[in-house]
Amino acid sequence: MIGMSKIVRTITSAVFPFVMIYGLYVIAHGHLTPGGGFQGGAVVASSLAMILVAYGSVWVVGRIKEKHLSILESLGAIGFIGLGFLGIILVLFYSSYEGSFFKNFLIGQNTIPIFNEIGKGLSNINTAGVLPLMNFAVGLKVIAGLFVIVLVMAYATRVKEGK
Amino acid sequence: MIYNVPYIAVVALVLIGLYAIVFKRNLIKIVIGILLIENGVNLFLITLAFRQDSTAPIYHGTGSRLMSLPVPHALTLTSIVIGVAVLALMLSLVIHIFRHYGTLDARKIGREEE
Amino acid sequence: MSLEQFIDSLIQHSPALIVAIPLIGAFLTPLIGKINDKVRNGFVIFIVLFTSFIVFLLANDIYSDWGKIHTYVFGGTTALTEGGFAIRILFEVDGMNIFMAIIASILAIAGVIYSWAFMKENTGLDKYYTLLLLMIAGMFGMILTGDMFNFFVFLEITSIASCALIAFWTNKGKSVDAGFKYIVISAIGALFVLFAVAILYGQYNALNMAVLASKIQFSFLDKIALVLLITGLAMKAGIVPMHMWLPDAYGRAPASVTLILIGATQASLYAALRMMFTVYGGKLTTTMNQIAGVNIDLNLLLGIIIVGLALLTIFIGVLMALKENDFKRMIAYAAVAEIGYMILAIGAALTTVFSDTGAATGYMSLKGGIFHILNDALDVGLLFLVAGAIYYATKETSLNRLGGLARNMKYTTIFFLIGLLAVAGMPPMNGFASKLIIYESTYQVNPILAIIAILASILLLAVFVKVFHSAFLGPKLPKYDKVKEVPKSMLLAMGIIACIIIFIGLFPDLVVNNIVEPAVNALTNHSSYITTVTGGI
Repeated sequence: MIGMSKIVRTITSAVFPFVMIYGLYVIAHGHLTPGGGFQGGAVVASSLAMILVAYGSVWVVGRIKEKHLSILESLGAIGFIGLGFLGIILVLFYSSYEGSFFKNFLIGQNTIPIFNEIGKGLSNINTAGVLPLMNFAVGLKVIAGLFVIVLVMAYATRVKEGK
Repeated sequence: MIYNVPYIAVVALVLIGLYAIVFKRNLIKIVIGILLIENGVNLFLITLAFRQDSTAPIYHGTGSRLMSLPVPHALTLTSIVIGVAVLALMLSLVIHIFRHYGTLDARKIGREEE
Repeated sequence: MSLEQFIDSLIQHSPALIVAIPLIGAFLTPLIGKINDKVRNGFVIFIVLFTSFIVFLLANDIYSDWGKIHTYVFGGTTALTEGGFAIRILFEVDGMNIFMAIIASILAIAGVIYSWAFMKENTGLDKYYTLLLLMIAGMFGMILTGDMFNFFVFLEITSIASCALIAFWTNKGKSVDAGFKYIVISAIGALFVLFAVAILYGQYNALNMAVLASKIQFSFLDKIALVLLITGLAMKAGIVPMHMWLPDAYGRAPASVTLILIGATQASLYAALRMMFTVYGGKLTTTMNQIAGVNIDLNLLLGIIIVGLALLTIFIGVLMALKENDFKRMIAYAAVAEIGYMILAIGAALTTVFSDTGAATGYMSLKGGIFHILNDALDVGLLFLVAGAIYYATKETSLNRLGGLARNMKYTTIFFLIGLLAVAGMPPMNGFASKLIIYESTYQVNPILAIIAILASILLLAVFVKVFHSAFLGPKLPKYDKVKEVPKSMLLAMGIIACIIIFIGLFPDLVVNNIVEPAVNALTNHSSYITTVTGGI
């Protein structure tokens, strides 16, 4: 896919960080406002697709390899399932622990001081236990997964020079 | 009567999607038919969550009002994600079919002799 | 922590572990595949063997008491939240679930061992094993769950993973076309199921199968939901007239993928049974009087419709198998006919098991149908593995050009003979035991059903004897001089399944009394399924 003109490329480079920060904001505040892993990941992936359309798939493939994105995707998925397994495995460390798969083990306790309060309202981000960590894992997987789909489809259907 | 319009829209979307899948020959039109059915079912799930005079189910910390049900919103979100995955898979299969046969007509593919 | 406590906690957490261990194995496979090929293959086999070990531990625990049900709640301790809402995800394992899980684990072990040698020369094997483990995880999730929307999610996971595996040989146009047909039919069927789940949720505010079964009243919307559920699940199970994807998908996929795909189709059939017998279980004997003033019971009407579809399936499966020339497509049509046998027994059971006089007949027919699920998966699976072995050795699938292979491939011939006798229902194989139960019980419902079933069996025997003669016997063709026996891992997989077939054939009593009877009891006894969750409310 050939890139577009210089005006489009300049404006895309200027707008790209703002869209990415908006997407990461939506991922990070998933337990307070509408949003979360998939929605924020889709916003960031669409900003990366904007770069793909503006600069052309040949340029982008020269800089980002598909196997690095595949490793990122696997790391996101392993993080998600690992947090689910920690609900069972913590019984090996704290003998008075009774858990099940996907149990929210970070809420209402004081030994690990991350995300452990319970509260109401939009202003307290330190709540809801394991959910923000799962949002990050899912967001990473969705960004890598959607971008790899769009990149491979664009690269595979490019028109060769001189046709 | 005005509160029945979303349900009529759901049935219309599902029937138009089924018509597109059964009677159209172009592969891309069949894919669009599946997307129409999926959009109809998602609309049905969200319409079930509505209560009269309700607001979005988010805590504001200032008083309490009637809120619509939050569970169907989570179900719809899962269904949209599944729809994206199915769409990506179908489109990559269509790209392979076009590269192999040169045509997108559903009556001409898959019939060669070995 | 001692070994006793470890095994106890394994059994307590087992429904979640059976689904989660293949899932985490699927995501670790691309990272481990960067080290070495043999390490990755060994890792995949280890994960499948560990999961099967947990399945057998759980089966041992459930069969120790009569009618024991094992529940597991995700992320909490009680099934209902504090306000009384039934939205927590719940896995509920009783005799029928664990029966299907045993079938699925046997097929998974054989499939993974077979694909060590069968797929060795292909590229992209990292993605193949990832998708295979995802399909196994989705299949187990579909079987063990007790929540309607969770079932829909696992159904979609299984169908997406298996579609990508069916279209694995992308250099051939026919495989990609088969994958496309499969995903279109699967997506429509799953969306119908989601529509029915949404209707039921909107009426009763419950997604849990047990709570839904206790609250259901058979209103007009429930009838629409029942029809949509059965249609959607029948599309995935390959019942005529929605069987068009089955010959293409089974025939053009790699043989190890077909083996595990058989497990996925049986799981959809199991889900249809679960919906009919447990979710709508209390209302199956209501009298409906809207059909021109004639009173008819619901189970009688459902039974007659299902028996009609079953006869159509058996006919079309056997007649289309007679005219085929391609090895794998013929076995796929035979698989369609075998699904017809299962549904014949279940339809006959539905008409009689709730009445006063014919309850024993219905019980026996249900036993035959469920026993046939196990036998059919093993028999047809063995035949597909043999077809894959012949394709691996000769790169040829058409029966017109094969011939005289018995001199070079001795073990494969023996395995095909075992599979042939089992599918046609000859003693001493397991097909004879289950088909005998089906013939006896359907004869008491209506003699014509039994006669048609026996005729179809004889036709199937004719079809497979023709295949055996033309592919294995006969004069030796010069172009197959250098054909050798297939590698050892493929022989090991075929040998495992053949040994289980012969064992079930020689001791059918053991299997029926210990494994099939708890399953039938769990299906007809829906009240204990409900009270385990709601606690007698």
